[in-house]
Amino acid sequence: MYGMLFSIRSFVSKMSPLDMKDGFLAFQTSRYKLHYYETPTGIKVVMNTDLGVGPIRDVLHHIYSALYVELVVKNPLCPLGQTVQSELFRSRLDSYIRSLPFFSARAG
Amino acid sequence: MSRPAPRKPEYHKINKDLFVLTYGALVAQLCKDYEKDEDVNAYLDKMGYGIGTRLVEDFLARSCVGRCHSYSEITDIIAQVAFKMYLGITPSVTCNNSSRNEFSLILDKNPLVEFVEELPAGRSSLCYCNLLCGIIRGALEMVHLAADVTFLQDRLKGDSVTEIGITFLKKLDEKKYRRKK
Repeated sequence: MYGMLFSIRSFVSKMSPLDMKDGFLAFQTSRYKLHYYETPTGIKVVMNTDLGVGPIRDVLHHIYSALYVELVVKNPLCPLGQTVQSELFRSRLDSYIRSLPFFSARAG
Repeated sequence: MSRPAPRKPEYHKINKDLFVLTYGALVAQLCKDYEKDEDVNAYLDKMGYGIGTRLVEDFLARSCVGRCHSYSEITDIIAQVAFKMYLGITPSVTCNNSSRNEFSLILDKNPLVEFVEELPAGRSSLCYCNLLCGIIRGALEMVHLAADVTFLQDRLKGDSVTEIGITFLKKLDEKKYRRKK
């Protein structure tokens, strides 16, 4: 998926006539919507939802700042740049996603 | 009972003196471990680098600064936002050359040296706060900017001000960086 997202992101930045601001936010097909959030350090948060979901940039930012940074980056025993092994991160992320208003228990 | 949803992280304050004394103990131990000043400086820089690579994520999460468009904008953000957030001081920024890639941060106050009057005898080239240089260097590298960060002047060595010099070298290629891991 990295290649596709990298291509879309550079395409968006080339298309933009002025300052890119937030850049690539989301794309949708007839089946799903992919939401994208990237930090200047290259950390990418990607969430796939169904088509009824509006902009969720703040949700993705929360996942980055309150979950990833707090539980993974600040943990000296969690190596960066690899798959996150932290069980605490996984369970907190899971409960956060389940608490979102657009999460449907049916699909989970 | 269901687990409560994660709240906004609380920032507990700790005693500043404890932090300053811990830093002093760290430098003192490194001075015992290494005879040469250059080795102590290099090790402080290396430790700072490790801290900086992680601290930058916390900084981005808390400050929500957007993309910067120039080196001078980046240096301003380091001085006015990052230093303020982590050390409670705001160094002033000067630009040292016409190609706008060399900058200086002039530290008026430096909380890390609050209890230090002067460098110990025989340690005249010790850069006491070299951890800061490593932190800045590590943080910049994580946003794909290579930079040289060193102390140009130091009040502890007898200079009139404490000055950190940042020289931006080049933008790092994002894809290459990923392959390195």
